[in-house]
Amino acid sequence: MPEIVAFLIEKTLVTIFVFIVVLTVVAFTTWIERIVAGHIQMRYGPNRAGPKGLFQVAADGVKFFMKEEFIPDRANKVLFVIAPTFTFMAAGFIMAVIPFGDRIMIGGREVLLQIADLNIAVLYVLAIGSLGVYGIIAGGWASNNKYSLMGGLRASSQMISYEIAMGLAIVALLLDHGTLSLRQIVLNQQGAIWHWSVFSHPIGFIIFYVAAFAESARVPFDLPEAENEIVAGYHTEYSAMKFGLFMFGEYVHMVLGSALIATLYFGGWSIPWVTAPEEPGLLWGLATFAVLWIKTYFFVFVYMWVRWTLPRFRYDQLMNLGWKRLIPIGVVNIFITAALLVVFQHLGIAG
Amino acid sequence: MQTIIFALLALVSLFSAIMVVTRKNPVFSILYLVLTFFCFAGFYVMLGATFLAAIQILVYAGAIMVLFLFVVMMLNLREPEELEGKNTLWQTMGAVVAIGFGLLVLAFLGRSPGAGVPNFQPGEEAYVMGGAKALGKLLFTEFVFPFEIAGVLLLAAVIGAVALAKRKRV
Repeated sequence: MPEIVAFLIEKTLVTIFVFIVVLTVVAFTTWIERIVAGHIQMRYGPNRAGPKGLFQVAADGVKFFMKEEFIPDRANKVLFVIAPTFTFMAAGFIMAVIPFGDRIMIGGREVLLQIADLNIAVLYVLAIGSLGVYGIIAGGWASNNKYSLMGGLRASSQMISYEIAMGLAIVALLLDHGTLSLRQIVLNQQGAIWHWSVFSHPIGFIIFYVAAFAESARVPFDLPEAENEIVAGYHTEYSAMKFGLFMFGEYVHMVLGSALIATLYFGGWSIPWVTAPEEPGLLWGLATFAVLWIKTYFFVFVYMWVRWTLPRFRYDQLMNLGWKRLIPIGVVNIFITAALLVVFQHLGIAG
Repeated sequence: MQTIIFALLALVSLFSAIMVVTRKNPVFSILYLVLTFFCFAGFYVMLGATFLAAIQILVYAGAIMVLFLFVVMMLNLREPEELEGKNTLWQTMGAVVAIGFGLLVLAFLGRSPGAGVPNFQPGEEAYVMGGAKALGKLLFTEFVFPFEIAGVLLLAAVIGAVALAKRKRV
């Protein structure tokens, strides 16, 4: 079999696998969210549709498709219809570079459990992440509704503010790892558990996590859709599956954001104190795959936990936190990290 | 393969660039401009400048155009009813600039060695040169002076913007 055909088949299979797994997992995350919310508020949560309410996901899906598709009279129809897909696509594109597992050998062929191991993966994630806001702005503007427009405006200023903080946190991490490839960053964190970057970059981790919360626009940073101030923000006029896409995009964003945090700061798919076997088979691949999802779901759980615990920020508090707290701390963090790296290099201690 | 991708990118970027200047509604102009920037990023990737491609999307498509959109929506610019008369001065200037750039393109077409869609493979020197590592090394050794000058200029612009925004209104 020629190399190019084998390559195409391999990448197609990996892509389909990752796509199906991520979308299925994300669909069930909506169910997990309801269960977590229920228990935090001391009630059962969904328990009618199917065992443990598991079919609630399907019921919601059917509901989204059966409802009336409503387009406001003076809305900009083209933009109104395609805006939700912007959000969804931008969130989904991130899955292309997340290392979901280690390499495995199948019939003497090395297969990466990752769609593409880009040499600029970290920048790619930041770049694609910054595009998600177009869906929200376009949707808010196209609705021809003042509240929608205000939601869109809030979203754009919020995203730009917190992207800077996120970038600064990542710069400090990159100084240490010396690579932009996510797979290489995971490989660097193998071995003992204290090789995880979170132990060498605790401040960067906190900044990154807060910024990731703000980027996903969930409570306490859900200013773009603050329902007691601006009705439902940018998706006030959306109904049926178009609203469903916005919703689903938010969940994809949350799950992949958590996967990214696990990858950058918590060793990704690597298992502490376990080294990869000489001839990694399917079992090793599945083990690393499972480990990444366990780490990811811990962070997804924290997202939900925070959502049902904290109240929403006021708009000026949000801007103050972004510009006057996180960004200066991020800059200082870079300087400290760089200085420590130079000191360690002089003393001859690696990392 | 490379030629097909190049042709596709070129068609889309030309189409969206024309749409940018012909749309009456500024919101659509901006969205088409974002599409144009995407195509440019595609060209950079084909030339092996992966770092530049990522920065192109991150800075231009992701941040600056969001600000443009923010301002346009804030002012709620709609389709202008009627342009204020025929402004012949602007039209002449536009024509001069367009012809000038057209001549420049023609001049460079004549100088290009062979019909040139570059065909770099990962690992080739030109390809590696566009990566983040090579670019960083160059910026901090050979071109450190221009790099620092650019940094100081940007700093001055930031301070200027803050000073203007902070100025007390009379």
